Amino acid sequence: MGVYINKDTKVIVQGITGSTALFHTKQMLEYGTKIVAGVTPGKGGTEVEGVPVFNTVEDAVKATGANVSVIYVPAPFAADAIMEAVDAELDMTICITEHIPVLDMVNVKRYMEGKKTRLVGPNCPGVITADECKIGIMPGYIHTKGHVGVVSRSGTLTYEAVHQLTQAGIGQTTAVGIGGDPVNGTNFIDALTAFNADEETYAVVMIGEIGGTAEEEAAAWIKANMTKPVVGFIGGQTAPEGKRMGHAGAIISGGQGTAEGKIQAMKDAGMKVAATPSVIGETLIEAIKEAGLYDACKTH
Amino acid sequence: MNIHEYQGKQLLRQYGVAVSNGIVAFSPEEAVKAAKELNSSVYVVKAQIHAGGRGKAGGVKIAKSLDEVREYAKELLGKVLVTHQTGPEGKEIKRLLIEEGSDIKKEYYVGLVLDRATSRVTLMGSEEGGMDIEEVAANTPEKLFYEEIDPVVGLTGFQARRMAFNMNIPAKLVNKAAKFMLGLYQVYKEKDASIVEINPLVVTADDNVLALDAKFNFDANALYRHSDILEMRDFDEEDAKEIEASKYDLSYISLDGNIGCMVNGAGLAMATMDTISYYGGSPANFLDVGGGATAEKVTEAFKIILSDANVKGIFVNIFGGIMKCDVIAEGVIIAAKEVGLSVPLVVRLEGTNVDLGKKLLNESGLNIIAADSMADGAQKIVNLVG
Repeated sequence: MGVYINKDTKVIVQGITGSTALFHTKQMLEYGTKIVAGVTPGKGGTEVEGVPVFNTVEDAVKATGANVSVIYVPAPFAADAIMEAVDAELDMTICITEHIPVLDMVNVKRYMEGKKTRLVGPNCPGVITADECKIGIMPGYIHTKGHVGVVSRSGTLTYEAVHQLTQAGIGQTTAVGIGGDPVNGTNFIDALTAFNADEETYAVVMIGEIGGTAEEEAAAWIKANMTKPVVGFIGGQTAPEGKRMGHAGAIISGGQGTAEGKIQAMKDAGMKVAATPSVIGETLIEAIKEAGLYDACKTH
Repeated sequence: MNIHEYQGKQLLRQYGVAVSNGIVAFSPEEAVKAAKELNSSVYVVKAQIHAGGRGKAGGVKIAKSLDEVREYAKELLGKVLVTHQTGPEGKEIKRLLIEEGSDIKKEYYVGLVLDRATSRVTLMGSEEGGMDIEEVAANTPEKLFYEEIDPVVGLTGFQARRMAFNMNIPAKLVNKAAKFMLGLYQVYKEKDASIVEINPLVVTADDNVLALDAKFNFDANALYRHSDILEMRDFDEEDAKEIEASKYDLSYISLDGNIGCMVNGAGLAMATMDTISYYGGSPANFLDVGGGATAEKVTEAFKIILSDANVKGIFVNIFGGIMKCDVIAEGVIIAAKEVGLSVPLVVRLEGTNVDLGKKLLNESGLNIIAADSMADGAQKIVNLVG
């Protein structure tokens, strides 16, 4: 089970003939992901890694019945690739590409209004449901099947958290990387809503960072709606104001988007917050012990 | 990327947005020549640095003659201006904008910014001009107005007029103000700006609506399609180490501590700084070497970190996911040997082939301290730096 993707998910790789896409296509196939098609305009009719390549997403969907795509298209063309996936009425498209101009994403969000496709990212590591389906660039081997959901704005911090959970014998359902850009698709509340409804997920780790107000909004939502324990971590407590910390969205401006404000909002929502990233796993274990869920979450 | 006020005003002129007449000057002679050309009774001599608060810091002077223009230009050029935005070290003034003076009746504020909550660009306006807009938002939020812009149709005429009326711009000048705002949005959109602030926007005695100042920030991810904006980049305004890092596609930001950090991934890099700080240390930089760090990138990153004289120790924190730890270890060893490591180096590796990576570090003959976790590494480097 898990959220968004599972063993039956049929995946298209958009931009499959690029070197990054090829590398990760191999990794995903090794993990067991059902990659049924690739798309590169002009390369239709060819095959890479045993996967048939099509000229358009529409063609790929018609031929294979794929329902999700992953995008490795270079930034200048990535917004168009997202809209192509939306036009083909996929259930979901996951955009790994970073450095997409913000105003391109503003247009994409407007284009998506009223359409069925869920976007995850851009500038994200992807989504993985342990032992079932890996879509993105995350290392598969650190994940183990279990009952904790993970949602995060940061790639490597997600790996850090998942690794700690696995080391502590706590498996995961799905890890969702929502990405580090200021305009993105799936947000914390979307992922939390999905985890709240997922029977296999018993608790959630939420990793945020400076910039914007998504963590504050999520904390308020958790307080009002979440029936499962959620623990948090916020990166960038020592980041100076007005500087973009690697991610386009990680910037404190006009006193808004500070780590202090986000941590306070999480605490106000009754969440346990890890003081350093090294104790995200321990903090989750404390929370599930208090909720009487430790034995149920202990998977190995 | 930021640009200077005079460059911002050039852009506004291109789009028919009203600004005062002005000319840039790099020397007192050029300043006088500019003033002669403007041929006004009053001139404004404005320091051009990438920071706000110039007026309060003494960087803006009113001159009533060409001699005064020359005197003020001499005084300002080469001076280090310290404003609330420059930090205590200030910024050296190397360029001046010479403008004709305006008879100002009232100051206003207009700005365009991305609203992350709605994923749309928002026009902001207030009759409280010339002040820090964050203060207006905090103290008199009822005087700050917003118009959310639909990207399909752009800012509409009625929205611009509604904003002008809300800002209490005199009724006879509302159309001029609306034209100003529509032009401003056009620049924002066509040049991929991320922030535009006109503070103040002024109404003059002769019934003009003008930008008295112009602050632009552009989306770095969109600069590839704006060579004209890229040409405006002023390297003097940027940190030398940050410029060097950008050549190698490294995401680097200078900080004022003494522990150099090298990390993969922006989130982990921020969290590493936080962890160092949690254990009582102080990071010298933010540095994300990215997912595809090669030995060459790692070497360049080391050179940049060590070019900071404040650095008394280095903490390398890598979660090798897809990347293999032995490859990263090799990069660290090559880099450390090449640059001649003079300060303690703590390395925390985790992920694929971690044991092989640690073995390589141990057998390298270099004084590299291995750490078992991020917390362990942070404590070790903090203790070593003292």
